[in-house]
Amino acid sequence: MPVFVAGLGAISGIGNNVAECLHSLQESRHGIAPMVYLQSEHRNRLPVAEVKLSNSELAQLTGLPVHISRTALLSLVAAKEAFLDAGLPSGFPCRKAFVSANSVGGMDKTENFFPAFAANHEAGHLREVIHHECGAISEIVAKELGVTDFVSTISTACSSSANAIFYGARLIKNDLADVVIAGGCDSLTKFTLNGFNTLMILDENPCQPFDENRRGLNLGEGAGYIVLVSEKIAGMLHRMPKAVLSGYANANDAYHQTASSPDGTGSFLAMTGALKMAGLHPEEIDYINLHGTGTQNNDIAEGTAIQRIFSNPYPLMSSTKSFTGHTLGACGGLEAVFSVLSLQHGIVFPNLRLETPMKELPFTPVTRFKSGISLQHVMSNSFGFGGNCSSLIFSKS
Amino acid sequence: MVMEKLMEDLKTQIVEQLNLQDVKPGDIGNDDPLFNEGLGLDSIDALELIVLLQQHYNIKLLNAEEGPKVFYSVRSMAEYITTHQKANP
Amino acid sequence: MYICGTGIISPQPSFGHGPFLEEMAEHRGEEMRCIEPEYKDLLDPKLIRRMSRIIRFGTAAAMDCLKEAGWNSTDAIITGTAYGCLEDTGVFLSRLVEFKEQMLTPTAFIQSTHNTIGAQIGLSLKCHSYNNTFVHRAFSFEHALLDAWMLFKEGQADNALVGAADEITGYSQAIIRRFGIYRKCESNFTLFEKGQKGTMAGEGASFFALQKQAGGKEYAKIDAIKTLLLENPAAGTMETEIQLFLSAHSVSITDLDLVLLGYNGDFSHDAALHHLASGMFEDSITSGFKQYCGEYPTSSAFALWMAANICKNNSLPSSMGGIGLEGFVRVLIYNVDLLGHHSLILVSSC
Repeated sequence: MPVFVAGLGAISGIGNNVAECLHSLQESRHGIAPMVYLQSEHRNRLPVAEVKLSNSELAQLTGLPVHISRTALLSLVAAKEAFLDAGLPSGFPCRKAFVSANSVGGMDKTENFFPAFAANHEAGHLREVIHHECGAISEIVAKELGVTDFVSTISTACSSSANAIFYGARLIKNDLADVVIAGGCDSLTKFTLNGFNTLMILDENPCQPFDENRRGLNLGEGAGYIVLVSEKIAGMLHRMPKAVLSGYANANDAYHQTASSPDGTGSFLAMTGALKMAGLHPEEIDYINLHGTGTQNNDIAEGTAIQRIFSNPYPLMSSTKSFTGHTLGACGGLEAVFSVLSLQHGIVFPNLRLETPMKELPFTPVTRFKSGISLQHVMSNSFGFGGNCSSLIFSKS
Repeated sequence: MVMEKLMEDLKTQIVEQLNLQDVKPGDIGNDDPLFNEGLGLDSIDALELIVLLQQHYNIKLLNAEEGPKVFYSVRSMAEYITTHQKANP
Repeated sequence: MYICGTGIISPQPSFGHGPFLEEMAEHRGEEMRCIEPEYKDLLDPKLIRRMSRIIRFGTAAAMDCLKEAGWNSTDAIITGTAYGCLEDTGVFLSRLVEFKEQMLTPTAFIQSTHNTIGAQIGLSLKCHSYNNTFVHRAFSFEHALLDAWMLFKEGQADNALVGAADEITGYSQAIIRRFGIYRKCESNFTLFEKGQKGTMAGEGASFFALQKQAGGKEYAKIDAIKTLLLENPAAGTMETEIQLFLSAHSVSITDLDLVLLGYNGDFSHDAALHHLASGMFEDSITSGFKQYCGEYPTSSAFALWMAANICKNNSLPSSMGGIGLEGFVRVLIYNVDLLGHHSLILVSSC
């Protein structure tokens, strides 16, 4: 039973909606810059890909109160865009679900609360911790979207929103929902910035995924959602669906809490699992939106796994994290949106700042924007801490 | 003597920082490998040790690739500390 | 789907499959913490040194569950946690504040991510299968169960390790206390004393070895799971929802031998549950379960362990009166929290 993609929504360091993101991708304009909104001690050293709107601007855009977590604000912008894009007539009788993902919930507020609280446990504004839980963020957004039938949240580090997307698809396949808004969100926080800083994998310059001399990743923020619908609902919409979610798989690297195995076992299993479900041979994949964080470890593990599965001529590949930074709980959602755009428009986005291809790999990601190409199947990879690896495949409907 | 004392201190600090179970500072030999087949430390421990050097000895290891050499054993750590403390009094 | 193994660390002596809730362990004050086993023989010492309490009791409960089921691997590892690894989160946050974002170490950050328990189980088993973590408040465990149910239906798995874990920390208690949710109880024995305000915090890890097909030595069968997000439902709404849920699975109210209800000791929270107990459930035995495990978002997993044992033993444990149940046993678990998360799990004997 096919599951169709009927709507897209995105907000990231390169644009506040899908059209703006697409424009930046076409113009090779990345969003990595010195911090403006995040108040961190590292502001002069570590560039990030912030959404270029303040919390009050986001509050105005969404109609939510300004004191709400930035993660919820970002989530609502993109989820609402996706929902409207799907063009479901109002009052349409169907079971709606919202399956979202994030990595640290309302941490941006909790970390504001914490200094006063740490000094005196009776101090600090409680309204800053009421949305600390990951699920609390999803519920704020679900409420605004009017979704009550089914609301859930997944958190598997950097693969979170890829898992949310395919859990959503499975709700439809198992006849538990008709329409699912699925994806993920994360705002930048001092907590995650400092966490990644202790791992010494943050690049002090704009990152260079899949480059021989890559130095690490840049963190980013944003949200990305797609609207999945059953075949029955797709037939009732006025517009043609944008794509089919034809394959997906989740596997575990089971090698180390943070590091990927040298042969990329988890990534290998996720990609081959997704191919198997889609009933595709590796050579039928036209483009891979790489996880491609820019760390030594990820890129060699992912590259090695790709080398094990695919052969010359390799599919086109690129990491759009060279534009948006690594948006953690949002990246699987954002990159799913980018993958569908690629399929829809016959375009492939460049892997920016790639100067020296990795010497271990027999392929090189795309370095210039490409248009006018016929794409049938696009793969999107999301791999994370704890060995959690997921791959999605979108196909022309 | 100074070197011996430094190595003893390091062993205590390593056991504490890495929360090693069932390992007492005295169990670690000066030249025992800390990683892999030795104490079995991994890449996360290497990052913990970098902070240990910073906190206790005010030495900043800028290049993570130096890690394996510096953290080979308690002696190699002590030698690194001695050299770098001399260089930056 | 069938429960063929359990592993439970809770405020009761539930670990290691001893007598089932023969006596209720007593806890005083506003919290009920886990009675923890000696971890040395259960977990890899190389991993243990980095593990906070929730990761230890979560992973150990999972290992004990696998041991009982006789599995050394599984087709899926699915975890639910509402709060995640709070202790590590608190440690990293407080250092971040204290040291002004300088000289921080990675361990607490790495271990603070919500998927740490699932990942540690995968790592311990060298298990490359499907691995997922649900973090949706009081639905975290139910959605993990639902995931396994779908995997079975899709033919993607024949068995799955499904569980939930949440922990109490000093910081979480200090914060939640300020919302006025807890009361200092003389004892959990008197948690349900009439007319009281506030509850006792709980914690725990409950893991289940689930199989698509019966293998002959099961505890019980999970027939259905449903979650409903309803803040202040109108009178009669839950009766209707429960009726619909049961009839969708061809079960009538009179078929229920036992209903485990999510009473937490706060009179305003419990009022609606008392109404159901004396109304639609008047012909069934009804009981709370939070007097054993305390109030926490994934406490329904503890209730499932109770239901599974009751189905297997054909009787209530002696701490619940030891009543014998005739023949085929059906148990309904209905949990609800202050935020409007309602969940229903239907369990029956095999």
